[in-house]
Amino acid sequence: MSKPKVGFYWCASCGGCDEVVVDLGADILKVVGAVDIVFWPVAMDFKRSDVENLADGELAVSFINGAVRSSEQHEMVELLRRKSQLVVAFGSCAHTGGIPGLANLFDRRAMFEEAFFNVPSVVNEEKVVPLEEYKTPQGIVTLPNLWNTVKTLDQVIPVDYYLPGCPPPVSLVGEMFNKIVKGELPPRGSILAPDIALCDECPRKETKPDKMSQKEFKRPHEIMIDPEKCLLAQGLLCLGPITRKGCGAACTRVNMPCTGCMGPVSNVLDYGMKALSAVASLADANDEEEIEKILCKVVDPVGTFYRYSLPASLLHRHYQPVVQGEK
Amino acid sequence: MSDNDRNHFEPRIVAFFCNWCTYTAADLAGTARMTYSPNVRVIRIMCSGRLDPQFVLKAFREGADGVLIGGCHPGDCHYQEGNYKALRRFKLLKRFLSQMGIEEERIRLEWIAASEGDKVQKVINQMTEQVRKLGPLNLEPISQMHPPKEKNVKAKAVAMAKGGAS
Amino acid sequence: MSTAKTPSSNGKPKVGVYVCHCGINIAGKVNVQETVDFAGTLPNVTVAREYKFMCSDPGQELIQKDLREGLVDRVVVASCSPLMHEPTFRRAMIAADANPFLFQMANIREHVSWVTPDKGAATEKSKALIAAAVARIVLHKPLEKTRVPVNSNALVVGGGIAGIHAALTLADAGRKVYLVEKEPTIGGHMAKFDKTFPTLDCSACILTPKMSAVRSHPNITLWTYSEVAGVEGFVGNFNVKVRRKPRYVKEDLCVGCYECVEACVFKKGVTKDEFNVGLSKRRPIYIPFPQATPLVAVIDPESCVQIKRNKCKKTCVDACERGAIDFDQKEEIKEVEVGAIILATGFKTFDARRISRYGYGKYPNIYTSLEVERMVNAAGPTGGEVHLKNGEKPRTVGIVHCVGSRDSRTNAYCSRVCCMYSLKLAHLIKERTGAEVYNFYIDMRTPGKGYEEFYEKLLKENVHFIRGRVAEISDWATIPEEEGKLVIRAEDTLVGAVRRIPVDMVVLSVGLEPHDDADDVRRKFNISCSHEGWFLERHPKLAPVSTFTDGVFLAGACQGPKDIPDSVAQAGAAAAEALALIDKGYVELEPNTAYVQEEFCSGCKTCVALCPYSAISFNVEKNISSVNGALCKGCGTCVAACPSGALQQNLFTDEQILHEIEGVISYV
Repeated sequence: MSKPKVGFYWCASCGGCDEVVVDLGADILKVVGAVDIVFWPVAMDFKRSDVENLADGELAVSFINGAVRSSEQHEMVELLRRKSQLVVAFGSCAHTGGIPGLANLFDRRAMFEEAFFNVPSVVNEEKVVPLEEYKTPQGIVTLPNLWNTVKTLDQVIPVDYYLPGCPPPVSLVGEMFNKIVKGELPPRGSILAPDIALCDECPRKETKPDKMSQKEFKRPHEIMIDPEKCLLAQGLLCLGPITRKGCGAACTRVNMPCTGCMGPVSNVLDYGMKALSAVASLADANDEEEIEKILCKVVDPVGTFYRYSLPASLLHRHYQPVVQGEK
Repeated sequence: MSDNDRNHFEPRIVAFFCNWCTYTAADLAGTARMTYSPNVRVIRIMCSGRLDPQFVLKAFREGADGVLIGGCHPGDCHYQEGNYKALRRFKLLKRFLSQMGIEEERIRLEWIAASEGDKVQKVINQMTEQVRKLGPLNLEPISQMHPPKEKNVKAKAVAMAKGGAS
Repeated sequence: MSTAKTPSSNGKPKVGVYVCHCGINIAGKVNVQETVDFAGTLPNVTVAREYKFMCSDPGQELIQKDLREGLVDRVVVASCSPLMHEPTFRRAMIAADANPFLFQMANIREHVSWVTPDKGAATEKSKALIAAAVARIVLHKPLEKTRVPVNSNALVVGGGIAGIHAALTLADAGRKVYLVEKEPTIGGHMAKFDKTFPTLDCSACILTPKMSAVRSHPNITLWTYSEVAGVEGFVGNFNVKVRRKPRYVKEDLCVGCYECVEACVFKKGVTKDEFNVGLSKRRPIYIPFPQATPLVAVIDPESCVQIKRNKCKKTCVDACERGAIDFDQKEEIKEVEVGAIILATGFKTFDARRISRYGYGKYPNIYTSLEVERMVNAAGPTGGEVHLKNGEKPRTVGIVHCVGSRDSRTNAYCSRVCCMYSLKLAHLIKERTGAEVYNFYIDMRTPGKGYEEFYEKLLKENVHFIRGRVAEISDWATIPEEEGKLVIRAEDTLVGAVRRIPVDMVVLSVGLEPHDDADDVRRKFNISCSHEGWFLERHPKLAPVSTFTDGVFLAGACQGPKDIPDSVAQAGAAAAEALALIDKGYVELEPNTAYVQEEFCSGCKTCVALCPYSAISFNVEKNISSVNGALCKGCGTCVAACPSGALQQNLFTDEQILHEIEGVISYV
């Protein structure tokens, strides 16, 4: 009997999600023993035609990481969707937009201007920007279209499972493969991580005082961080209370506040808003000026609360009034 | 948008009023037959401190052009200091929204005591006109995002190269 | 949470929508049929009906019949404000064996028909509110009210006639009453009056028996010279802290013999006598007036040299055979548990100095009405004689009505008493002095039993009435007859001419205002006040002595200007309301409390310190937060903060509110 075929693909991502598969270490042999990897552009030499040549549904599972922000990525995920029985949004970017999703604070024009004109290291006197089509003597050269808005995977194609994290914790990756192989997957649409916030597994939990409110929020470089005590209780903006557990408190164990890569628990509609509400609630002041003073330490609300999830938020992106005629 | 369209635009505003002060004040405005614009629809919560910022974004996402929050005056909260908690969240929320390019006039927090029916009238009328001037809040719909609608890609790229608007 | 069956357990929810015409209150602006047709198209709505008055018996029966026949299992009524009739419809639900919390109101009267000029817009807004109610009610769950026993004691704050009457009513009914008064004696303003209108019966004769009844009543604990320091708890179970200021005289030993007062090193009064509104002076140790209740001396720390400088012969101590004087007395905090609270904190009179053109404080013979009340009182500083500063009897007196009333520059409202007491003072002054009395009035307002007749009587007594607001009072004489007189200048609007009336004495009929500390008081008791600062009643007609804080009632002029008969009537009503609450024995608490969905709580403790009632504690065993439902008041601030959505609030869950948002906006 032939082994089930699986594929890996990356869209707008850093490669860390592919790396984490390798991080399985010896266990990757079990995976390879159980499945046939028939597509993994990062690691092996496959071509798009290899996927196109598969029958529809021939792939048991596609693991797609990265946000979707170009016509090429769009074509590839649609192709993979057609060829796959299951699609797993692998990692924060595919799940909620991830770091690339912060591009939704800008539009494409602004990004091009920044990248091709304004960056100090760029010298571009002729103001050359990539064109999607360019005629050369050898023929027409094309580039994919870069979208104005970054999207999560499920805003482009239907997704069956989500594996959160930046990158997803190795333990959850292993667990997922186990479940797939044994056929023990939960109902479709599930997030393959425990549905409870990080504090539950954080080793610092015991040190939480009953009064969590703060007179001053601090940034990690401003204080000597107590290696035992709850980071939020030290005034650091640790998003552990808002973020799904499953990482084994990887960051807080090494003195870094949680930044929220695992995304929200299932009761929460909009990660950033809940984070904002919880953090603002901790500001220990009733006087308007004092409130401002405490909260001004949240220098960048979008970057703080939506570091990994701007495209998945209710607002989705920086507001651009729709100009009539383009509607 | 032409001036004519702007005049015909009827803003949709969702209001969250606390049970004890602002909702009661709105009742009083009614009892006193103070007329005001019909654009604001009130959702009653027990305390402005119940207002989860998620509700504000949800309202915007569902098509609201503005959100109004009403609570008791500082020091008057029926629950001691729920209104201060609302204020803390509102402060940060407002900063967040402006970072997201949403005009700050689209969201407003007002302290309106149970006896201030006239203030309900004034605030609702003001807010309606303010939002009417801003025009509708057309968020990019998430469900209709794919396939992307940008057609004249090449022309845009060229225009961009010349520093024009996309 | 509840034993009631979940109605949706056997399938989809069945929502009934009932739109009320409220006569033409709603139907005059809202196209009721159109909203009913619209409601019928909404998901899960199985029945949509309209009726003239949904709150009437036949209206309620309409709903109950549908419930009983199983056509609907949850109900939306589109009518008035839930603050008005939610209890009515919830009772109707119970009567039809349905859970009262499977009910939601859409407020299409106060929030729509009464405030929207355009019929089309009113109809559209009504539809939106109905859509919102329907959207949220499908998520309602059956809930049960918890019952909490009611403490049978009551607290009355303020010992004027209203507070006295309320306290006696409750005490006579067998309830234990704590009566707290900030002055050294009870009696309030009424104790200062000589006669009362319109019957002219002696104020002291009708008040002092009630004062001594308070003093001797076994069910009343009287704490004068005391203030409420703080209130905690809720209806039926208030915990009140009372601050008893030191009076430096032991209340249980003093018999009010005046020996100490006579023996004081000061042989004359040294400081303004509050009871005589400054017309006389009193010594540092004093008894406010001979009928003071309790009849106990008090030492004013501001003027007593022993207290101020610890240097005095302490003749008062020697004079007191009973050893009642105690300079070491300290402030004392008493803590009591009560089920109901009646506020009867009264009013203050308008400060006539604020209207400088009336010359109060500038010209010697201009008095306020309260000063004249003391002057005409036989027990007052002049022994009932009305005379000028030089000791002569006035031959002409002008009484100026509406000082600090009915004027947008001071107080826009009518004091409700100054017409009548001005008439009374006119009568008394004329009786005592035989002077010519001129009343300057804007309108004569005499709506009360025997009031108009009293006015008729005064007309026959040849008191002069000039209709017109007084412009100015000065000593600037323009003709010889005005020399040495006070000249009242006013437009006589009946004659259509400006008149100048020279008089010897002017009485300024000052209006009524809330106490300076009314704002602090209302905050302590967690109630609202009107623009003017009067305590706000729950409903001006249907709940005139209740407040928005359950268990706190209002009596007398703290709610708004009132005369004695109205204050007493209201005090009786407040006592009856308090009794109804106490005698029921329990209160049912709205089940809109917060609860923890334990499986989602990570134990982050964000919520713990947020609760103003310490209702949230951390369960160390389970390592999660837990809510004490009996302490939770249902504000929901913890729910808004909970980063996991693990905390939810009954009747206001995230999901219910999110649905409501969708509903209210889905209909454009």
